[in-house]
Amino acid sequence: MKITLTLNRKRRTVDVSPLERLLDTLRGALGLTGTKEGCGEGECGACTVLLDGKPVNSCLVPTAQCSGAAITTIEGLAPRGKLHKLQRAFLECGGAQCGICTPGMILAASALPDRPTREQIRTGLAGNLCRCTGYEKIYDAVGVALGTKK
Amino acid sequence: MMRASPFSYFAPITIGEVAKILAGEGPRALLLAGGTDLIPNMKRRTQTPAVLVSLRRVAELRGLANGRIGSAMTLSSIAESPHLSPHRALIRAAAQVATPHIRNAATLGGNLCLDTRCNYYNQNYEWRQAIDFCMKRASDGGGHPVRNEDGVCWVAPGSPRCWAVSSSDTAPALIALGATVTLVSIAGRRELPLNDLYCDDGIAYLTKPSDELLTEVVLPDATGWRSTYWKLRRREAFDFPVLSVAAAVKLASDGTVLDARLVLGAVASHPLLIAEAQELVGMPLSDDAIERLAAAAARFAKPLDNTDFALGWRKRVARAYVTGALRELRGDDPATLGLLARRATALRPLS
Repeated sequence: MKITLTLNRKRRTVDVSPLERLLDTLRGALGLTGTKEGCGEGECGACTVLLDGKPVNSCLVPTAQCSGAAITTIEGLAPRGKLHKLQRAFLECGGAQCGICTPGMILAASALPDRPTREQIRTGLAGNLCRCTGYEKIYDAVGVALGTKK
Repeated sequence: MMRASPFSYFAPITIGEVAKILAGEGPRALLLAGGTDLIPNMKRRTQTPAVLVSLRRVAELRGLANGRIGSAMTLSSIAESPHLSPHRALIRAAAQVATPHIRNAATLGGNLCLDTRCNYYNQNYEWRQAIDFCMKRASDGGGHPVRNEDGVCWVAPGSPRCWAVSSSDTAPALIALGATVTLVSIAGRRELPLNDLYCDDGIAYLTKPSDELLTEVVLPDATGWRSTYWKLRRREAFDFPVLSVAAAVKLASDGTVLDARLVLGAVASHPLLIAEAQELVGMPLSDDAIERLAAAAARFAKPLDNTDFALGWRKRVARAYVTGALRELRGDDPATLGLLARRATALRPLS
């Protein structure tokens, strides 16, 4: 079935089978491999993308359900080759180590309100697992980027 | 990598069309709303519908006004809705389901109709095959689990029934709030007290037939009521409840209880409405009255060894949680409610 959606501000049409995962459509037909697969069942958040501005697990979203929706992937956060402030802060604060959780972490953080508290950062990233950092440097990076008070 | 089994797919745009498809397809069909539970289940072959009916385009299911909540509203939209703030137990329950990402996709109707869960059932096909499956099994090409006549219940091997656990967060909260649900099929529509939607059975856990669609939840006026929802789980995100307590009391200005409802979640195959809560009516919420109800409720809580945590401890926490939830409704300072209680009452809203 043909699905038209807005991907990173551009209208795209893809031909998918009904339960093809948005994750696979993004990485396959649409060629954007910045979105990572971790667990494939909504337990890790590595595949987080924004669906109409809200973080979702793209491994649990059938592409067929995205007709008319706006999708933002990590590639869409910094469209002109310049780093987004969250990406810069993750680099500066050591918020990324092996890197597989990083695109999902950054997209989930991008949906936080301005000047979030540490608790809001922890809650907003509660759906993203990281096995390297112990989270503190990730929270630091988000705080630096979004202007939270320590 | 696990793949879902093949199915056909419908994307209707009205409730009437959904009802017609469900009537035509029977138990082969399942509704696809958020898909956050169904899709992993299809991969594990615990739900194997031959037909999926997407609710994504059914705009009629996404309304929220005058205490009526469309069943396809997402859990995050419910948790963040200022209209629903008088129904605090619901806000707290919706805000504690899984993760923010799941709540952005998962719906209220999906959480209310959530399949019961068990350590011996919610596993992939090969895992279950290795234990010769159990009493609950996915029907071939059907959406709903059926009884496996050759299978035993591995939690209680001598038992004639399945003990899978009701794991919905919103169901206990909404029963405590006195909610009803609207069900629609081609035969018409009917309203049902939410508690009557559930059966005490791990396999046939809903009383509604498979051709009925849960279209909305209707909440009564919350004037004078206070409510709360406490959830026990290992991690503060992701996990289903291992125990939950939903409590609602209507208090007179002098503190006398005018009405009360108490529901335990995740300790049985259905949300457990504790009738003894009515014994609070006519008196103030004294320590004695609270302790009596907590002891009674804990007697009804019969957790089995098929979820997380040690069994005996869960039973003890049931009593402590009921006490804590009722003391919270009385207005006690959360700082005096003990360590578990402080964790249970600390809710961290995103915005």
